[in-house]
Amino acid sequence: MSEEIIIAGFGGQGVLSMGKILAYSGVMQDMEVSWMPSYGPEMRGGTANVSVILSDNRISSPILKEFDTAIILNQQSMDKFEDAIKPGGLLLYDGNGITRHPERTDIRVYRVDAAAEASKMESSKTFNMIVLGGYLKVKPLVSMENVMTGLKKSLPERHHKLLPLNEKAIIRGTEIVQKIQEV
Amino acid sequence: MREVRLMKGNEAIAEAAIRCGVDGYFGYPITPQSEVMETLMDLKPWETTGMEVLQAESEVASINMLYGGAGCGKKVMTSSSSPGISLMQEGLSYLAGAELPCVVVNVVRGGPGLGTIQPSQSDYFQSVRGGGHGDYNTIVLAPSSVQEMSDFVELAFDLAFKYRNPAIILSDGMIGQMMEKVEMKPFKKRWTNEEIEKYCPWATTGKKKDRERNIITSVELDSQVFESFNHKLVAKYRKMEEEEVRFESFQCEDADYIIVAYGSSARICQKSIDILRSKGIKAGLLRPITLFPFPKAELNSIADRVKGMLSVEMSTGQMVEDVRLAVEGKVKVEHFGRVGGMVHSPEEVVEALEQKIIGG
Repeated sequence: MSEEIIIAGFGGQGVLSMGKILAYSGVMQDMEVSWMPSYGPEMRGGTANVSVILSDNRISSPILKEFDTAIILNQQSMDKFEDAIKPGGLLLYDGNGITRHPERTDIRVYRVDAAAEASKMESSKTFNMIVLGGYLKVKPLVSMENVMTGLKKSLPERHHKLLPLNEKAIIRGTEIVQKIQEV
Repeated sequence: MREVRLMKGNEAIAEAAIRCGVDGYFGYPITPQSEVMETLMDLKPWETTGMEVLQAESEVASINMLYGGAGCGKKVMTSSSSPGISLMQEGLSYLAGAELPCVVVNVVRGGPGLGTIQPSQSDYFQSVRGGGHGDYNTIVLAPSSVQEMSDFVELAFDLAFKYRNPAIILSDGMIGQMMEKVEMKPFKKRWTNEEIEKYCPWATTGKKKDRERNIITSVELDSQVFESFNHKLVAKYRKMEEEEVRFESFQCEDADYIIVAYGSSARICQKSIDILRSKGIKAGLLRPITLFPFPKAELNSIADRVKGMLSVEMSTGQMVEDVRLAVEGKVKVEHFGRVGGMVHSPEEVVEALEQKIIGG
């Protein structure tokens, strides 16, 4: 098994930490993992993306041109990465702020309206965990138990009181993700 | 028990330094390596192992603090990125001239000048050809994974002390910033003063009655004496070339074509090899782990049985010169690489091999 993922959105949306939690969940499941961020001037408001690879085998290149899955959280990323998905691959996106919806017909398309859902939760910072939940529902590559251990390892101890809220958000994501198109 | 963590390359350098018993780290922040000092400050090793961590006022100060620490037989290191490493070259030349061991980590970014903060491999010449003034070499290790970022800190210190010579870990923004699994090494105690006197009889630890004064210097105004000192240094570098060459070969046994790549570029090229093999092209990867000493003999012997070689590096063509020197004209050697902070994709490498070597 090998899953090559790009997660892309605005800085501040929790793109990098979502990738880190996913990667740590893979570590907990004894997979090989890599996490390669776009680093640089991307802070709040700019664009940010991270490539995550989960694999049963040794990972060669952490730099990729095509992905099995693209998790897309703003229009700029839709424009940039829709064409980078392998045929038959998965596009998961949040409809908030999207003006041009996915157009390809040879990929699986799922939608998770995480921004809208996060505003109903105790903290809107749960946004990225709702997206993660949506992804794990469509591709259950790592067990919920390992995701929670991964989350615990990624969060500094002073934030551990937020673990139950994050778990709730992940579960909420699994519930609200909707299928747009299968191939 | 195995301790496995998910870490950035830069974080792995910091953690490994504490664990292998480093006495002092002196540095100055610069992207993309700032997490090295940030992690050290966060872990506060001065409260546990007694390791000193200091943010110096500049890179020039950092490298001269290394000179002072190393002169006392201490395990000292610094890290920076390309422009900062350029500032350190005078100090590195002095360290090499005074035969002092130390470790310098370069998390390379694109140049020349302030350049870009994105990854590059354009400091190859600076690292393997000395870098500062005078006839000298530094030991250069090129990690291609976060695990190697961790492992090479101790290896670099072992080699630096074995040869009384600076050792460089030549990484780049990609390996520094990416996260991978790392198996942590157990903690080692720092050397005691007695151990320093035993392992470093040359160090300035205070004159004892039973020995002459130890003097650490790189100056010698008698040219006859200095000529023989230069020959002594060269003999040391030749010994490194005989004993310390390290490389990894990947599907080279039956290969018709060889890609030579180090560090992050070697990771990308592994995937290129997979693509080439799936197309029925017998390609292999030779990854130098030590850039100085360079795996000349291995490349020369491979050159007898292959049709061509491609040196793939994020530079306009530096290591390719060493590959050409190594194969002595036996086969065609070309260069490919994106520059300026751009990173080549595995597919671009495949295309370059097909165009420049197979079809060319």
